[in-house]
Formats: sequence, structure tokens, C-alpha cells
Amino acid sequence: MLSKRLIVCLDVRDRKVTKGVKFVGNVDIGDPVTMAKEYSDGGVDELVFYDITASAEGRPIDLQMVEQVAEQVFIPFSVGGGIRNVDDMRRALLAGADKVSVNSLAVQHPEIIRDGAVAFGNQCIVLGMDALKVEPSAAIPSGYEVVIRGGRTRMGLDAVQWAQRAQELGAGEICLNSIDADGTRDGYELTVTRLVSEAVDIPVIASGGAGVPQHLAAVLTVGRADAALVASMVHYGDYTCQSIKQDLHAAGVKVRLSW
Amino acid sequence: MVAIIDYEAGNLTSVALAVRHLGFVGEVTQDPAVIASAERVIFPGQGAAGSAMANLRRLGLDQPLRAAIADGRPVLGICIAHQLIFDHTAEDGGVACLGLLPGPVIRFDFAGRRVKIPQMGWNAVELQTAHPVFEGFESGWECYFVHSYYPVPADPALTLASTEYEGLSFASIVGRDNLISTQFHPEKSGRAGLTLLRNFLTWDGRPC
Repeated sequence: MLSKRLIVCLDVRDRKVTKGVKFVGNVDIGDPVTMAKEYSDGGVDELVFYDITASAEGRPIDLQMVEQVAEQVFIPFSVGGGIRNVDDMRRALLAGADKVSVNSLAVQHPEIIRDGAVAFGNQCIVLGMDALKVEPSAAIPSGYEVVIRGGRTRMGLDAVQWAQRAQELGAGEICLNSIDADGTRDGYELTVTRLVSEAVDIPVIASGGAGVPQHLAAVLTVGRADAALVASMVHYGDYTCQSIKQDLHAAGVKVRLSW
Repeated sequence: MVAIIDYEAGNLTSVALAVRHLGFVGEVTQDPAVIASAERVIFPGQGAAGSAMANLRRLGLDQPLRAAIADGRPVLGICIAHQLIFDHTAEDGGVACLGLLPGPVIRFDFAGRRVKIPQMGWNAVELQTAHPVFEGFESGWECYFVHSYYPVPADPALTLASTEYEGLSFASIVGRDNLISTQFHPEKSGRAGLTLLRNFLTWDGRPC
């Protein structure tokens, strides 16, 4: 039986893993390669690296970091941030990433999904999506709208329809982040996760809002997610991947327990 | 030296890095002469079967692969190669494959039940038999899969390990003589995968 995946997200800036803290800005919490190795040894199923300043600075993703991770970590990992075109995807994959993630670029230029999938296979292309809860309307029937720039720009696009379109274009997976839940530690947005997961045939990773293991259990069952993404829960040592997985197992969620 | 066949079917960086990490010399190659002189061969790959078979033939790499198997040199297939070694696949409207092992490759079909395809993630590998490559690998350890198709060996003895996805059991490791093949990615399966890969890299090609 396929296990539900626990995925740790590392936001990277200037070769350091960083974590946004409200009103304070970002604090550095460690070296990405060292942390990747520790999480891998600790039983995480997959890793995600976001180069959080690459896009704003108009530069490609930090390929040297990708290479160093690939040399030391033998579980799947994806990279995002700073992917501008198919050539950037190619460089990231050749550096050793298993998947590349596109978010705002795909909203503005959906053909990047198709071009990437044709060039490298659907399994390499992850659609990152930020969804905001809105009043349902003719344009946004699900009541969840796709937003970019951390929620600052609403795109007039229905999150469920966009997920289906991305699947048609060749996305292999969707990482769905709830802007409303992100950073709250109050739990994932179960409704949008379930709506999207039931509307597509490809795996959906739930992101945003994880505070305690019960939140993961809920999104992996009620929310129908295939994987759950965490960051601060494990970065600050409140939980380990192992402790989260033991709690998920106790809650009846199938997870990988030996590594 | 282990030759890692590059037939333009996906990214081989991880396979090469895993071989190096284990302390072995691997060479990613499109050169039939390098494959012919290699002590052992890894036949990796991901993506679509149609283009993979076409590339393999266009680059003239199917013959040195057949020769390695005929010579008794250890050969490891991974992911799409796990399917290409069989007779035929239903993918891409039907594609004739290498026929190194008998049987077809078919798509996951759950009779209308909505199931996520591809199977993507970690799943248990249940060993069906003893094999030198399984030394230190505990049956039930999970490995990382990404696939929509799977082979159905004509001879049940070819199935060395099986895995269950949504109630359907399929051959996740197959083998005969000096050929062994995994549907999952050992280079991406943490300690479990590296255990199998290390065993393969020291295997003499004899099944028992």
C-alpha cells in the first residue's frame, strides 16, 4: 500500500535555510545541505527547496546547492524559485533535482507546464499553487482563487479549474498552498485541498497551516491529500519527522516507518 | 567500471551520484564500446516507453545491452527499463520492447475507481525469493516509485519481489540469471535502495 508522504520544505536565501517571522523578517536557521541530510536520515520522504529571492533578483536557482544536495541525499527532492524557462528546468534537473516547481510563471505562461512535461516527463513538473478563499462567483465557482506574489495579486482564476488545466497540460503533481492557512499553525485548509484532490488524478501535496501532527492526519484523510508539507513544525525542533510519522501511524494513516 | 546507459530517457545524474557515493566507478555513456567493455551495466531511465525504445535503437545501444546479458555480466534495470526488458508495452498506443523477459506491460486499471495515477511515492517491496542482491534488505522495506505501467511476467518465477498498489499486486523486482530489475528508483529510496544498489555493484551475476 502506498504511503502518504511527509515532505519538509526548506526556504533558501543566500545558501541559508531561512524562515519568515511575522514583523521581524527572516531568520537564518541552518545550512541547506546539512539540514537536508539530517531530515533524510530522520525519515522524511521528500524535500522541497525554494530559492526565495531568485525570482525577485531575476537570477536562476542556486545550482551549486542543488548539486551538493544531490551528492548527499538519496531521496526525491524538488526545487522551485528562479525557474524562468525550460533551460532553467534542465539545469536544475541535471544538477540532480528530481522535480522542478513552477508557480507564478505557470499562471502567466501555462505553456511552461506542457513544454517542461514534453522535455522531461510529467513526473518532473510540479505545479505550485497559492489559493485564497473568496466568495464563490461565476468566475470562481469553487470559492478559491489563484493568487501570486504571496497573495498580493489575485489572478481571477478558479483554483480547482486551474488544477485541472495544469493536469491537462502535463503537470505530474500539484503542491497546493492555502494563503489563508499559511503561517497560522492552525491546520491545513481542508476544503480546498479536498476539492482540488478530488478534481484531479495526479497527486496533491497539501501546504500551509501545519502546527501539530493531527493537522497532517486531517489533511491526509479528510482533505484527501497524498502528501503533507511541513516547515516550522520541524525546523524549530518542536517535532521530528519520526515523531510526526508515529503520530500519523497511530491515527491510522499509512506512512513509511523504517528508513 | 559500471556503465550507466544514457539513451536520452531521463535524468541519470542521481544514478551516477549514488554509484559514486557507494564508492564505485560509474560511467554515464552512449558509447557501445564502453558498454561492451564494462564489468557491469545499469539500464536506467524514466519517461515514455515509445521515445525510450526509439532512442535506444537509434543510438545502437540495444545490441551492447543484449550482449552484456548474454555474456553473463550483471545488468540492473531501473524504472522504465524495468518495462522495456519485457516483450511489449501498452504505452504510447503499443510499443514492441526488448523481449529479454517474456510478458506484457500494462497500465494501472482500477475499473473506473478513481485512483491517483501515476503511483508516486514510497511503497513496500515484499521479497518473494532469496537473491544475492537482497542481502541486508528486509522484506517490506519501502522504496520510491513513480509509474503508471507495470510488467506482468509470463513466468511467475521471474517475479523476485512484489508491491501492492490500491489492491493490485505487481512485480516490483524481476530477474533471471544475471539480469535484475526494479520498478522503483533504488537511487532515490534512501538506505533501502542504496542497500540493493551496493549489492548489485558487487554481485557476480549468479542468482544464488
